[in-house]
Amino acid sequence: MNAAAEPRITPLCQAHRRLGAKMIDFGGWLMPVSYPSGILDEHKATRTAVGMFDVCHMGEVHFRGARAAEAVQRLVTNQVGKLYDGRAMYTVACNPKGGIVDDLIVYRVKADHFLIVVNAANIEKDCQHFVQQVGSWCEIRNASDETGLISFQGPQAQACLAPLTRAPLATLKPFHFLPDVQVAGRPVWIARTGYTGEDGFEIFCAAPDAEHLWQSLLDACAGVDGKPVGLGARDTLRLEARLSLYGNDLTDETTPLEAGLGWVVKFDAGDFIGREALLRQRDAGLARKLAGFVMLGRGIARHGYPIHDPSTGAKIGDVTSGTVGPSVGKNIGLGYVPAPLARAGALLLVDCRGKKIEAEVVQGPFYRR
Amino acid sequence: MSENVPNDLLYTEDHEWARQEGSLVTIGITQFAVDQLGDVTQVDLPNEGEVLKAHEVVGSVESVKAVSDVYAPVSGKVVKVNSPLQDSPEYVNEEPYDGGWMAQIEISNPDELKGLMNAASYEEFLKEHED
Repeated sequence: MNAAAEPRITPLCQAHRRLGAKMIDFGGWLMPVSYPSGILDEHKATRTAVGMFDVCHMGEVHFRGARAAEAVQRLVTNQVGKLYDGRAMYTVACNPKGGIVDDLIVYRVKADHFLIVVNAANIEKDCQHFVQQVGSWCEIRNASDETGLISFQGPQAQACLAPLTRAPLATLKPFHFLPDVQVAGRPVWIARTGYTGEDGFEIFCAAPDAEHLWQSLLDACAGVDGKPVGLGARDTLRLEARLSLYGNDLTDETTPLEAGLGWVVKFDAGDFIGREALLRQRDAGLARKLAGFVMLGRGIARHGYPIHDPSTGAKIGDVTSGTVGPSVGKNIGLGYVPAPLARAGALLLVDCRGKKIEAEVVQGPFYRR
Repeated sequence: MSENVPNDLLYTEDHEWARQEGSLVTIGITQFAVDQLGDVTQVDLPNEGEVLKAHEVVGSVESVKAVSDVYAPVSGKVVKVNSPLQDSPEYVNEEPYDGGWMAQIEISNPDELKGLMNAASYEEFLKEHED
């Protein structure tokens, strides 16, 4: 990404400006970081009512052809064979060393058509990787520019979306999706997925329809105090739910086993890229793991802060994500530490700008709905 | 002047404000700084009795998304800090020029006040630095 280049904009850029959003360059995209009500308010709206997110910047890559399933399985660690039409799954794609190229959601549309949703900052890298590895196996088409994506999350999401669509939302289960339905008169796909730890939907549309849908959804959730939500609250929401962020918690240098994503690695799924390296790592045992921690003292851990071992004082890792947890009532974070210190109850010291603050390792999500 | 930049205060380029009352100067961060930071979730204050030089870090303000140092607008001794901010950092958002004050400094060199901006200059400064 050329840092000097003008950031790219999503089809909702004007809508954000009209709402008074504070816009920032996020990985080459001009995105809303917050709206005038502020990050904490947006966070709370998503936990108690509805939060709406512009995720048009994310990438959509279609795999089509008789060998599409085989191609996708070569790329990802989770078991593609267990998907059926209308079923989606979370997974990662690895490099031959087992490092994570990207974390993804794979949607099976039909036996010969899969959609992979990739992180915005990785679109070019992923497409290059996909084409290089399996480009001759099936058709791979990057539809990111022509596809809009709006995330509609929160306990009131279904109730607010229902009046806009005839799609059977009540029977749509998590990680399932409905292609070829309508919302507010526009053709969309509705998936019951999200990145907040709440129930909710992600709505795929043609890019030119995104603004109409955004406005319709805003109107539909206004009655319950639903709100547009920027990147700031997106980060507090996802971290409370302990969902990883690529570029921070997951990188080309970290493996899914280290990242606590062993559940998306199915060694018997097939000969996927990175399988050998991951098998070796599993058999040898993990040297380091991604630990989740809550701060015991006053301090907010942030990306890049050093982590020390309280018993030796030695630096043992870095914070990969850290923030306040508004719904947890504690400051929370993630970081890679030696495996013995990644156990629940272990104590760490986080160096918050020169002040070493005690933190305790916890298992599982910080927040559960 | 607008209510965001009160007339009776002095300002720094780092968006601190200073209110002089005799030899005492009360300091805090400006509405502009607060708007940039968003919801403040933690305030670190200096210790009472601490002696500071102008431009030294006197504390920090953390919001959900960022941490920002606060610099002493003038040199002197910290005679009082606004300890309620430890438990109620939101005062900084709600009333940055009142309940959100951070520390009171007994100035050692009143001439330093001449180096600060008045409200008109600070507003001009903000205009020049608008994106």
